[in-house]
Amino acid sequence: MSSLTVSDQHVTPPTGKVIQPGWVRVTHWINAFAMALMIMSGWQIYNASPLFDFRFPSSITLGGWLAGALLWHFAAMWLLVVNGLVYLTVGFATGRFRKKLLPITPSGVISDIKAALTFRLAHDDLTKYNYVQKLLYTGIIVVGIVIVLSGLSIWKPVQLHWLAALFGDYDIARYVHFICMSLIVAFLIVHVALALLVPKSLRAMIIGR
Amino acid sequence: MGRMRSLLIPGVDKKLLVRDAVKVMPDPARRRFIAGGASLGALTLLTGCDITDSSSAEEVLKKVSKFNDAVQAWIFNPDALAPTFPESAITKPFPFNAYYEVDDAPEIDGKSWKLEVRGLVDNKKSWTLEELYKLPQVKQVTRHICVEGWSAIGSWSGTPLRDFLKIIGADTSAKYCWFQCADKEGYNSPLDMRTALHPQTQMTFKFADEILPRAYGFPMKIRVPTKLGFKNPKYVISMEVTNEYKGGYWEDQGYNSFSGN
Repeated sequence: MSSLTVSDQHVTPPTGKVIQPGWVRVTHWINAFAMALMIMSGWQIYNASPLFDFRFPSSITLGGWLAGALLWHFAAMWLLVVNGLVYLTVGFATGRFRKKLLPITPSGVISDIKAALTFRLAHDDLTKYNYVQKLLYTGIIVVGIVIVLSGLSIWKPVQLHWLAALFGDYDIARYVHFICMSLIVAFLIVHVALALLVPKSLRAMIIGR
Repeated sequence: MGRMRSLLIPGVDKKLLVRDAVKVMPDPARRRFIAGGASLGALTLLTGCDITDSSSAEEVLKKVSKFNDAVQAWIFNPDALAPTFPESAITKPFPFNAYYEVDDAPEIDGKSWKLEVRGLVDNKKSWTLEELYKLPQVKQVTRHICVEGWSAIGSWSGTPLRDFLKIIGADTSAKYCWFQCADKEGYNSPLDMRTALHPQTQMTFKFADEILPRAYGFPMKIRVPTKLGFKNPKYVISMEVTNEYKGGYWEDQGYNSFSGN
């Protein structure tokens, strides 16, 4: 991986233009760490009372048993939520979300999906997101918000009963929470695969340019 | 740990596995294992690696769990009622759930059973079932939520705990009502006083209008719809009003102590 990054650096020398500012990089990696803890401990919690006809293998779960997993889940949630709030606040305040993620037009999304599927999607300028990126990055922020809200509904179905009612009720909130997790994992697989295919995007998320 | 992990079968609850193993141990060894073993077991299983590595992680996690107790006490609204449901919503059959099979549930003789009252109360007299049945009862149809994630709606009738606390002259400025139960290995659980005084917290004597069956905690269960299921002790034999945190069966094994809904 590192050799790839280095060779890539020789081909396209840094232009000096910051692609990912410091706060994006810091919150990105804190989020990656918190998400990994939340997902793996969440799988262990799921195993205590599965919603579907399968369990997650213990080799990929965190916490060892239900109590341990709950300790991890309810500790990592603070990291996830505080970091997420910082990200959203700065993202909105600096106008980065508006500049980078909007507008998203259906025609733009369709033409970029076609280009991506025929491997003709350009990555020359990493400071500009294509429509597929805009859609996925906006979508995953929304999913991130919904997974936190559904999680709060499961945690506090009495104190936050109005929030649980927003999802239907406690039981439905559990399914919503699970579906959001699945979407995040699906996003993660595509996201990591693409970062490895275009290593300079990974470099930008580490050193900024 | 590597060896231990390979012994574990996916899908088999490790806790139950350990429990089964403990059953076949000779008695002194068994007692020692349970006393020291609960935390040791949780410790090694927590991260699946070296004990020395995971003990510092475990300490941090326990501190965060304590912090979460405080946060939940702050979130807790003593006037917020748990949602109630029509009788048609009751889960049938309502699940039996414990760390033992239903055949091992305590068999209590209602005629000789007495509720012992201890601690910071004016009147420490013990209560027979007959005496308790004479107290005014209310019915609630609420959702029981297990720490495992599943939930079930049930119908419970009994005396609001706050009424009983008033009758016995309990010091309601004390921190906890601590319940002890007849379950094997001695189940117990602390309940914070603000939750004990919540209008829906109930000394339960009936399930679905029938005398509480053995499976659901005969002769008395504490129904707390603002708490997870394990904070709803069954087969209660004594209650102590206390300022001291005396721990609990599952709480001592790492489950969050407040565990409010």
